[in-house]
Amino acid sequence: MSNGRFGIHGGQYIPETLMNAVTELEEAYNRYKDDPQFNAELTELFNDYAGRPSRLYYAEKLTKELGGAKIYLKREDLNHTGAHKINNVLGQALLAKKMGKTRLIAETGAGQHGVATATAAALMGMECVVFMGEEDTKRQALNVYRMKLLGADVIAVKDGTATLKDAVSATFREWTNRIADTHYCLGSVMGPHPFPTIVRDFQAVISREIKQQMLEKEGRLPDVVMACVGGGSNAIGTFYNFIEDADVRLIGCEAAGRGIDTFETAATINTGKLGIFHGMKSYFCQDEYGQIAPVYSISAGLDYPGIGPEHAHLHDIGRAEYVAVTDDEAVNAFEFLAKTEGIIPAIESAHAVAHAIKIAPEMDKDKIIVITISGRGDKDCAAIARYRGENIYE
Amino acid sequence: MSNIKEAFRNGKAFIPFVTCGDPDLETTGRIVREMVKNGADLVELGIPFSDPTAEGPVIQAANIRALSGNITTDKVFDFVRELRRDIHVPLAFMTYANVVFSYGTERFVSTCAEIGVDGIILPDVPFEEKEEFAPVCRKYGVDLISLIAPTSEARIERIAKSAEGFLYIVSSLGVTGVRSEIKTDIGAIVDTVRKYTDIPCAVGFGISTPEQAKKMAAVSDGVIVGSAIVKQIGEHGREAAAVVGGYVRSMKDAVREA
Repeated sequence: MSNGRFGIHGGQYIPETLMNAVTELEEAYNRYKDDPQFNAELTELFNDYAGRPSRLYYAEKLTKELGGAKIYLKREDLNHTGAHKINNVLGQALLAKKMGKTRLIAETGAGQHGVATATAAALMGMECVVFMGEEDTKRQALNVYRMKLLGADVIAVKDGTATLKDAVSATFREWTNRIADTHYCLGSVMGPHPFPTIVRDFQAVISREIKQQMLEKEGRLPDVVMACVGGGSNAIGTFYNFIEDADVRLIGCEAAGRGIDTFETAATINTGKLGIFHGMKSYFCQDEYGQIAPVYSISAGLDYPGIGPEHAHLHDIGRAEYVAVTDDEAVNAFEFLAKTEGIIPAIESAHAVAHAIKIAPEMDKDKIIVITISGRGDKDCAAIARYRGENIYE
Repeated sequence: MSNIKEAFRNGKAFIPFVTCGDPDLETTGRIVREMVKNGADLVELGIPFSDPTAEGPVIQAANIRALSGNITTDKVFDFVRELRRDIHVPLAFMTYANVVFSYGTERFVSTCAEIGVDGIILPDVPFEEKEEFAPVCRKYGVDLISLIAPTSEARIERIAKSAEGFLYIVSSLGVTGVRSEIKTDIGAIVDTVRKYTDIPCAVGFGISTPEQAKKMAAVSDGVIVGSAIVKQIGEHGREAAAVVGGYVRSMKDAVREA
């Protein structure tokens, strides 16, 4: 079996042209990941620039409303740029800089990863080009403006379904075209090795902090940790340091769109099958001939037909559970959290909140759930208003 | 061992590419027959994929045209069965890993052997992932074609030593598509390959004119052309066969002079 496997998943299914680039990246990462100087620089960026550690907040009102397990929120929405994406981007941008790269390219769905990459590029004095599906540039016009403000070029991708998967394909195409000075700052725990490992390691700060904060506040580990899953970077970050703790349930919440019994869904574990795409073996939404399905979710960030290979493996071995949450349930949770706690979560994160709303009341009061709020919901307000039939524009 | 070596016995080889089902299989059949009549030594048949990440805009568009006509892997297999009644040059499929994997690798490759497809080119399967497909290909005598890129450098030895059929030398960085100029020193890459294997080397990506073809053939064993042909099919649709035939003739003549 080749490099970068999680069980049968992962690997490096990419054009020969890119092989030396990913090998060079892997070597650089292995050289720097345990380097004290690199880690000191990254920690300083995390703390002083991104505002880490993020808070672990006891949601007392939400807990009382639901009447069951005690609920904590891991507030990745409070990070600089408003989402967990910055953790990975600061790590990769610093690594790219050490490698002598002067240009970052990235895909983005909702725009959060694009904004984070444009931010890091501005900070580190690097050139930045972000590829975004044309559909998404319309749905998330504010984030397009934000990226341009930060000095990035935004390319609207018109191919295929003009959404996240096409943005990923376009970024890979651009990378094959220009490798020497360019690092592909991939935004999730997907793609060819070493990306799923690198992105996971940079996001693992989430569960490292949860564990420490939970021990300080409760003197014990939580019973459940949960997060939304598209490619799965905030979820793997939330799970990673708990994988060895067999008593901690790990729950990933996929976007069911209009339902897993419809074609308008993005729930990969629940509806996909094993395949090879975007550099990795994993589960993908596809037809019987392996054509990748045009997926749908109200959330542009979860609107991806695959899932990271480590999640696919955690599913195979039964270590993590992957549940499907519909648009309707997510929108209800979006509104519910806003009203009960005064926190407007990203519509992506609202998928995890929605599942907590289902399971918390069934659990004993001495049980503890941690939900990662991966991002803030300001970007989604106009779309949610339209979903409720109110025509407001940003 | 397949029949692919036959393609290189007629002087330098000219290898045209066509996406099956663009705009329909009947047209593809006429195009392939014209290609062979006009000197094609091996034909590369693309099985369309929804997200062809190694392709530029021209071949991406052909994939979309074919898939919107509901082309499936099974229909392409039936098409090749029919083609094989009168077409005897070697044939190779060019598609993506997931098309083969989702069909069932053994089922896919054994069908290739049964219908007379000699090789398979998978641009998203590098040397490191070859073993996913290679054992099954060897079992059925279908060549899994390896690619070498301008960035391959020290990797050339490993790739060349295990290569089968022919080596696909990628002329330039980037995805498929017509280029005005090819700057890579193809001769140097071929010389390196020659240290490790005597398998034929064919150059592809970016070649469109007879002048380019002649230049590339001079330093290799053959030339592969995709986007320039697919562009003609995009322009002429169901009437493309004659245009493509004339073009293949001019390219084979150029390659022959090399």
